[in-house]
Amino acid sequence: MSVEIKAVEIKPLRNTFTNVAELIGGDKPASRYQEATLGVQATTNMHYRPTWEPEFELFDPRRSAIQMHEWYGLKDPRQLYYASWTIQRAKEQETQEANFDFVESRCLHLSLSDDVKKLALDVLLPLRHAAWGANMNNNELCSRAFSEVLISPAIMQAMDNLGIAQYLTRLGLLLDEPEVLDAAKAEWMTGEAWQPLRHMIEDSFVIRDFMEIFLVQNFVFDGLLYPLIYDRFVDDTLTSRGGSAVAMLTSFMPMWFGQSSKWVDGVLKVAVAESEQNKALISQWTNTWRDRAVAALTPIAAMAFGKTQETMLNEVVEQFNARAKKLGIAA
Amino acid sequence: MSKVFIIVQANEEARPIVEALLQDNPHAVAQESPAMVRIEAEGKLTLNRATVEELTGQPFNIQQLHVNLISISGHIDEDDDYLTVAWAN
Amino acid sequence: MDMKATKKKLGIKERYAHMTRGLGWEPTYQPADAVFPYDKYEGIKIHDWDKWVDPFRLTMDAYWKYQGEKDRKLYAVIDAFAQNNGHLNITDARYLSAIKLFWQGVSPLENYVVQGFARAGRHFRGEASRVACQMQAVDELRHYQTQAHSISNYNKYYNGFHSQRHMWDRVWYLSVPKSFGEDALTAGPFEFLIAISFSFEYVLTNLLFVPFMSGAAYNGDMSTVTFGFSAQSDESRHMTLGIEAIKFLLEQDPANVPIVQGWIDKWFWRGSKVLALVGMMMDYMLPKRVMSWKEAWEIYAEENGGALFRDLARYGIRPPKGWADACEAKDHISHQVWLLFYEYGGAAAFHTWSLTNEELDWLSAKYPDSFDKYYRPRLEFLRDKHARGERVYQSTLPTLCTTCQIPLCFTEPGDPTKISHRETVYEDEKYVFCSVHCQEIFCNEPEKFVQSWLPVNQIYQGNCFNPDVDPTAPDFDPLKAVLEYFKYNLGRDNGEFEGSEDQRNFAMWRGQASKN
Repeated sequence: MSVEIKAVEIKPLRNTFTNVAELIGGDKPASRYQEATLGVQATTNMHYRPTWEPEFELFDPRRSAIQMHEWYGLKDPRQLYYASWTIQRAKEQETQEANFDFVESRCLHLSLSDDVKKLALDVLLPLRHAAWGANMNNNELCSRAFSEVLISPAIMQAMDNLGIAQYLTRLGLLLDEPEVLDAAKAEWMTGEAWQPLRHMIEDSFVIRDFMEIFLVQNFVFDGLLYPLIYDRFVDDTLTSRGGSAVAMLTSFMPMWFGQSSKWVDGVLKVAVAESEQNKALISQWTNTWRDRAVAALTPIAAMAFGKTQETMLNEVVEQFNARAKKLGIAA
Repeated sequence: MSKVFIIVQANEEARPIVEALLQDNPHAVAQESPAMVRIEAEGKLTLNRATVEELTGQPFNIQQLHVNLISISGHIDEDDDYLTVAWAN
Repeated sequence: MDMKATKKKLGIKERYAHMTRGLGWEPTYQPADAVFPYDKYEGIKIHDWDKWVDPFRLTMDAYWKYQGEKDRKLYAVIDAFAQNNGHLNITDARYLSAIKLFWQGVSPLENYVVQGFARAGRHFRGEASRVACQMQAVDELRHYQTQAHSISNYNKYYNGFHSQRHMWDRVWYLSVPKSFGEDALTAGPFEFLIAISFSFEYVLTNLLFVPFMSGAAYNGDMSTVTFGFSAQSDESRHMTLGIEAIKFLLEQDPANVPIVQGWIDKWFWRGSKVLALVGMMMDYMLPKRVMSWKEAWEIYAEENGGALFRDLARYGIRPPKGWADACEAKDHISHQVWLLFYEYGGAAAFHTWSLTNEELDWLSAKYPDSFDKYYRPRLEFLRDKHARGERVYQSTLPTLCTTCQIPLCFTEPGDPTKISHRETVYEDEKYVFCSVHCQEIFCNEPEKFVQSWLPVNQIYQGNCFNPDVDPTAPDFDPLKAVLEYFKYNLGRDNGEFEGSEDQRNFAMWRGQASKN
């Protein structure tokens, strides 16, 4: 049976779900981000302790030393929910795909000089493993985090990390033969320049505090690596040496970093402002891991920039420190 | 032989998929329910990229099936040119 | 310069290996067991993770492309539905009870497994298995959110949808799916995978989504059918993860077979109990019915599951222990569950009602071996009482099964007149079960199941009242206090459909919309 339904004015009984209303100051029209995210995770009357971690409840804010009176204050300024995320990524992927096609169809990858191509592959290809490490950390974040405002962007971030690792893989396959991927992996495993970075990333795999994982991966590691590699190395160094094809093949990455930084800053700002204890702990994590990351990136900067390595790295660190300061972190 | 099936949404994009399945798998039958079509066959079902392309005159990527797929049963083997579902018994 | 014009294009299989397996590495600065601490304690032995195959081989570029396409379509429907009062196109307002139950009891499970799959997607050692799990994690996020966005419109106009999150953690019947999900999430990663990907997604999920969503289409609910089928298109990938996972585990080591068999026994049974709710939705809550629960069970469980277990026999896997009993129950469970909810209708956040003769006749025809003999007389008796103004509401609290948490309402295999009931004493406490299979699940893991948060027991212990109530007050009404703790809007969310606000509003709005 199909009834011809006219558009009539019907007054709704309510505007949104109560878990949302409680977090937006009452029953009023809510956005899709809010309805997808706010107050969504279960909080009480849990049945069984995890067999894999009986010291905690299944959903438990004590998995972080950071304390929040309201975890749902850690909102994502991008307001991403699955559909807005995947539709946005689909558009960006279309652009990235067009870039791959453009480079390939016009043989721009063949016009790279041998030394520029080698430099690009030497620096970028081992980083597909670093992106995979980021994917591991964001999955860990998703699985351990408390409150949906962290869980939901964490899994999207993890998938973005995987996408980036796969774009770098495609870059290798386009510029050269598949064997370069094996060679880059061998460098990652045993090449001297890469060991401090790999060591640091492997150490991050055993962090259990979800806010520390969030900070170490998404704020410190990405916050130093992306500006150094994609802004300075790809967009400046390689481009000035005739390697703009490489910038086309990695255009997704700096654009993505700009977006994800909004989320990272949004979370940290609120967490720091919550209490002196939070601020102290976040500052301590930031300083410890920043120093470690700078040391780990030094040999890679040497490879990428030669003589200007120090200037480049210092610029990136200054930029990072300024960003930290703006968030209220004592860095 | 056990039966395998592929269920797709009853819509325009899935129509050539159904047609290709019936054309390439003469032992298959289609059953329609509200909003969906279930194609069922003894043992094995294969979807061929070439058949869909011939029917539509458009390029087809086997992974496009995912957009309108509802359910599938059997072991799956997918390559650039085909997707097969089959039981080993 | 090397001027090769075009390079050899890699096939999908080779390309995918570079895109997944090639990314990972064996850690050397940290012990592998510290990086992957959870994949050994269940006793599963894996010798070669590279033997894991993902037949669909989706990379993120293709993932975004196809998922973006799906969601553009889906949200166009959701928008159109909201703009055009699509809710007035449903067959009648009784249908809403099915959607309420879906939103209250199924959607939260979608959200639960996001974290479970992220954990598996982080903690298995093989990269290909991890990527498949991660994609499922983010897909499940999609499912919860698309459901929230579809249901959002119903919530604006009808009762019972508003406090789904709050109810999930508290309401008696929702502890059935909640404990199911938490049992899986608190298990190790391999058991989680067998529980959700294999037993639920592969063996049972078709029963939930395929006939039920087709039923939604038949009842004019374009919003639900669209999110349902759109979710189901991901589900095909998830089912494939389930069957690949089980083949992989069984092929890796013969010692895995008995462990996996135990999980299949447990999770098939647990899943079949949760789906009893779906049986009731299909047989009783859809005003226009596509097929009976029994028919759906025969097609999707017996036929398809049968083919699957014949296939797995070569590994030494047999059908789950509860298989025969679950198949016998296809004639009974939807009726038994409906009667339970009808009689406890005052405590459910959806409506129940008396069936018309036409509907009773449909059930008689679909269930020739059981309906007229065991259930029709009871339903007619309840209808007569209701007609006389004596609508039956149970107010005594039922006894819950310690494992599945469903009130004891199922009958003995072989005797549909006798309520099935088992007991076990563990550390001087008595525990009650609905069946020999739930009892066995408990006895295999008593230290886990003694922790069950059983709503009825919690009510008796006084743990289900809002903090500001005074149980010693002279006018204290414990049942009302419990329903307030559940956040029910009393008289609007619960009870009889006939005369309900939902019924009145739907009739009035549709009247306005379809007349001049």
